[in-house]
Amino acid sequence: MTRLISIVLFLTLWQIGARLLGPHYLPAPAAVVETMIAEARGGALAVNLGVTLARVLGGFSLAMVAGSALGVALGRLPWLDRLVDPWVVILLNTPALVVIMFAYIWGGLNEVSALAAIALNKLPNAVVTLREGARALDPTLDEMAQAFAFSRWRRWRHVVAPQLAPFFAAAARGGLALVWKIVLVVELLGRPNGVGFKMNEAFQLFDLKLLLAYALPFVALMMLAETFVLRPAEKAANWRLRHGP
Amino acid sequence: MALEIRISRKAYRLAGGGQRLVFEDFALQVAEGSIVALLGPSGCGKSSLLRIVAGLDRAFSGAVTRAPRRLGMVFQEPRLLPWRSVADNLRLAAPKLDESALADLLAAFELEGHGGDYPGQLSLGLARRAALARAFAIEPELLLLDEPFASLDRALHHRLRLLLARWIGARKMTALIATHDLDDALLLADEIIFLDRAPARIRGRLPIAEPRGARDEILTSLRASAEIYYMIGGPGNGTSEVAS
Repeated sequence: MTRLISIVLFLTLWQIGARLLGPHYLPAPAAVVETMIAEARGGALAVNLGVTLARVLGGFSLAMVAGSALGVALGRLPWLDRLVDPWVVILLNTPALVVIMFAYIWGGLNEVSALAAIALNKLPNAVVTLREGARALDPTLDEMAQAFAFSRWRRWRHVVAPQLAPFFAAAARGGLALVWKIVLVVELLGRPNGVGFKMNEAFQLFDLKLLLAYALPFVALMMLAETFVLRPAEKAANWRLRHGP
Repeated sequence: MALEIRISRKAYRLAGGGQRLVFEDFALQVAEGSIVALLGPSGCGKSSLLRIVAGLDRAFSGAVTRAPRRLGMVFQEPRLLPWRSVADNLRLAAPKLDESALADLLAAFELEGHGGDYPGQLSLGLARRAALARAFAIEPELLLLDEPFASLDRALHHRLRLLLARWIGARKMTALIATHDLDDALLLADEIIFLDRAPARIRGRLPIAEPRGARDEILTSLRASAEIYYMIGGPGNGTSEVAS
């Protein structure tokens, strides 16, 4: 209920703001919806949203898989950690824009470079979180598994994975928020389609209606993913929340 | 011999930089089917010995020979997987365990109705029982128990010891039980090995011939003779029999 009031309040403020500032600075909600419908009729909205969403999912999955594998390895092998840690720190502190530009210059303006740039921006984050998880693995349970001759698969599935799951879920949740913002920049700089590309087009024309017509559905989509996929997944991944003491 | 342990040297590196010597020229042989209690003060190396026998600690010079055999182990803490139910903890340790055997085992350790519980919901006494049941679930040929009754109240301690004695007595297995409690050793073992402070040395071996079921009544006399034995007994003087 409070959420509903909050949304209504937001729309009201927007409407008032639009009245005060005029359509060049802030188009009214109705005008934005109109543009949205026009874009949706031509199919452009769906195509661009779909393309961007695919890039978000692709880059996100790539970063999560590679980052988790590397993070767990670093958490388990101290010598590897000492070797790789400075690179992780460098990557962690390199501005997203720099990574994207290098990816495009080295790899060309293509889909592979775009995905690599997205994944590389999220990667160090996943590495650091999963490394923390791997370091926190309980050695006493590891010994128990060894004493009882657990097979490799059983050890992974029943001893290690449940301990890493909360860390993985945390990395995923933080990751999505990061990735979708980066995807827009990647599209803006070097892709001929997607929400980021359309936003750039709108910006060149100072078309705020078009800008918002793409921004709002995309933000809504990401919020839905956060609320209905990632949050429940995070809860499910944490055994303490289900059958803790 | 079911088990031959020979440790020429085992030391732990201390945080301060020094070393703590736990074993030096230590040798122990355990006969097939024998239940042996390792009795000694805390910190004398009992746990270290069990970990070496279990193959969990390989950083020592020496050798442990045990025929490839099924190992059941009970640690000082229950070490159950907190994200799996009690029944699943048993099933994971013993994949061959069928459902009726699982039910029997839970009943034997007075865990009926707790099979679906998660370890976080169990009291320490129940968790220890689950850990014991898990060790027996794989029908071990070699059983290692490391202070299985630590930090339980007296009543629970005695009850659990009784359960364990009954279970061990009914089966054929070789077992090493680390304890600092004389009564545990007297009631459970076929032979008590007295250990000195680290570096651990065998101070004496005391066989107990009485059947396990009859020991409860003569515990006082057993206790007295063990204490006398321990006071006069020295290294190598381990042939006297008690209460037989």
